[in-house]
Amino acid sequence: MSSIPRQIDQSSSRTTGAAPPGARYYEFRPLNVGRWVIWSIFAIVLLGAPMVFTSSLAHTMLSQMGIAIIVCLSYNMLLGQGGMLSFGHAVYSGLGAFLAIHTLNLVSRGSLPLPVSLVPIVGGLAGMLFAVAFGWVTTKKAATPFAMITLGIGELVWAMSLMFPEFFGGEGGVSGNRVTGPAPLGITFGPQIQLYYLIAVYTFICTALMFAFTRTPLGRMLNAVRDNPERVEFVGYDTQKVRYLSFVIAAFFAGISGGLAALNFEIVTSEVVSGPRSGAYLLFTFLGGATFFFGPILGAILMVLAFVLLSELTKAWLLYLGLVFTFMVMYAPGGIASLIMMNLRVAAFGRFRQLWVSYLALAVTALIVLLGAAAMIEMVYHLKLNAALGPELHFLGVTLDAQGLNSWFGSVFVMLTGLGLFEVTRRHFVRQWGEIQEFIEKETKRRESL
Amino acid sequence: MSAVPDSISRADIPYSARTGASSVSQLGAMPPYALELKDLRKSFGKTEIIRGASLAVSAGERIAVIGPNGAGKSTLFNLISGRFAPTSGEVLLNGHRIDGKRPFEINRLGLSRSFQITNIFPKLSVFENLRCGVLWSLGYRYTFLKFLAGLHDANERAEQLLDMIKLHRKRDVLAINLTYAEQRALEIGITIAGGANVILLDEPTAGMSKSETRRFIDLIKEVTVGKTLLTVEHDMGVVFGLADKIAVVVYGEVIAFDRPEAVRANARVQEAYLGSHVADAQVGAR
Repeated sequence: MSSIPRQIDQSSSRTTGAAPPGARYYEFRPLNVGRWVIWSIFAIVLLGAPMVFTSSLAHTMLSQMGIAIIVCLSYNMLLGQGGMLSFGHAVYSGLGAFLAIHTLNLVSRGSLPLPVSLVPIVGGLAGMLFAVAFGWVTTKKAATPFAMITLGIGELVWAMSLMFPEFFGGEGGVSGNRVTGPAPLGITFGPQIQLYYLIAVYTFICTALMFAFTRTPLGRMLNAVRDNPERVEFVGYDTQKVRYLSFVIAAFFAGISGGLAALNFEIVTSEVVSGPRSGAYLLFTFLGGATFFFGPILGAILMVLAFVLLSELTKAWLLYLGLVFTFMVMYAPGGIASLIMMNLRVAAFGRFRQLWVSYLALAVTALIVLLGAAAMIEMVYHLKLNAALGPELHFLGVTLDAQGLNSWFGSVFVMLTGLGLFEVTRRHFVRQWGEIQEFIEKETKRRESL
Repeated sequence: MSAVPDSISRADIPYSARTGASSVSQLGAMPPYALELKDLRKSFGKTEIIRGASLAVSAGERIAVIGPNGAGKSTLFNLISGRFAPTSGEVLLNGHRIDGKRPFEINRLGLSRSFQITNIFPKLSVFENLRCGVLWSLGYRYTFLKFLAGLHDANERAEQLLDMIKLHRKRDVLAINLTYAEQRALEIGITIAGGANVILLDEPTAGMSKSETRRFIDLIKEVTVGKTLLTVEHDMGVVFGLADKIAVVVYGEVIAFDRPEAVRANARVQEAYLGSHVADAQVGAR
């Protein structure tokens, strides 16, 4: 996202200052090969993923990842590109999902001749319409007041979901059936794989559109509003309008994701507009990395892995998630994407070879810490939740006694040893990293002066 | 290969001519002032900071606004540029009332300002900073249906600005990574980007060394040719070198507004302000 192709040859502009109007300019537009390659790879991954991961669990997860990618990217239009910390983005994906499932039911009843594949668009339009109304209020303010108002509106819609069971379906939610209407080319969307490809198409198009948005005047002014809203007002732009329009566009994509989720699960419960859902969008967008366009894609993949796999693995998964989030906010506020980009930069200067041993050491020692900590967390959870099964539990092939001194001492010992080793390797790494950054800075200066 | 878009060459034409907006003609008499303040007042709570400031600046004049610390120079700029609304009084830009309007409305009418504390877009590149300053004036508004890369006139103008403020070597550097002097230059670049014909500069050389200041003043002169310029300045050497006229602000009033020699000779000014600062300037010049 940071490398902006030089669309106009600099040497041409040098001569333009004094040129009379009407003169012709030479323009140089290189074909951006890198971008074509990246987007082709993205398309190929979307196409090929279900062929590589063939289990039905994999197909379910891949579908959810596509949905999550759209919503996290749309959330990042607010967070990363506009500096708007929203605590209520699920309102728009959720209401989009409700409108979509009601539309699907209308289609099923035969009262609306709409192809099932277009139902997510209805979700998108619904999200957009709600944003036109709610966003007018929220985007009046920026920064902390903005966050507060989104929180308020999130609570409001959540409360409404309990008050209007006709629309929100009450406890049981609203269910539908996506196998309905005509089936062109035999595509009924019954099998998960067919729906996956519908989601994949939406994911690709929405990602491309949201990327395109970052290259438009409104998209750029949104960055400017994030950086310095006051200055934006003094270059002719109404910051509130920039935020409002972007908010509405983001809600459109959130709604599409909601619509796809409605098709995918064939049931929509009021949980989809809830605060925890909004929080999950925030958390994983941040984890993936809000400062780069592709960060939320990584975040979305992690979100599905955590919700589906990690939650199967351990009851304490939310605790682990919270720990990871805390560490990321403290040590890598740019998320995974920025970690990747920083290391690519090091690699571009040919210094990555020095680092990988340190990374290996860091990973191993961190794993030891995690092992000790996880053993204790699991023992606590076992005592609290599974006390009836006795004090013994199996953890990674080892039998632990949750009430035995040995197990506790062992775990503490493993964790402390790990911590000590980790700290040693960390200090070494920090020194190494600093040296490399210094080298890179010198090198860039040298190249600039050439 | 494309011809120069009209909008580029038009960007430097005064707003009224560009848009065809008719200036208020005062019964066929003289043309309106580029900027006029009429008995402007501003109170914060019970304290009146600006107490009836009046000033009339003709098009193309270069005015230095001087005055002791706390006299209300920056507040005056904030009132003119719409950062604050005045408590009473009028501000006229090319004969149009602008007091009480929002900053972006005033900017669209052809008035642009810089800030005492550097006010740029830190996480955008130098080029992007300038392009943000250009977009509205070329009529791109809030569009999201066009690619920035395709806006030839905006890109062309941003490249021109890069050359004007001599930062073309730093084109793709994030603004936050520039040196202080470069950031000040960028600040000026953003200010003039939209082609406004009335420019307010709030202490453009604040925090610069003597030699930087001298170079910077030359730059300011260069990029504001033909425009109406008001600048707050503390360095008396700069003031007398740059300005056609000097406005002296003391306790929220414009107590003198005249050619530099006349202001220097003005007894009231000497008493209130200038004497000590002339001494300062002489010490500083060494």
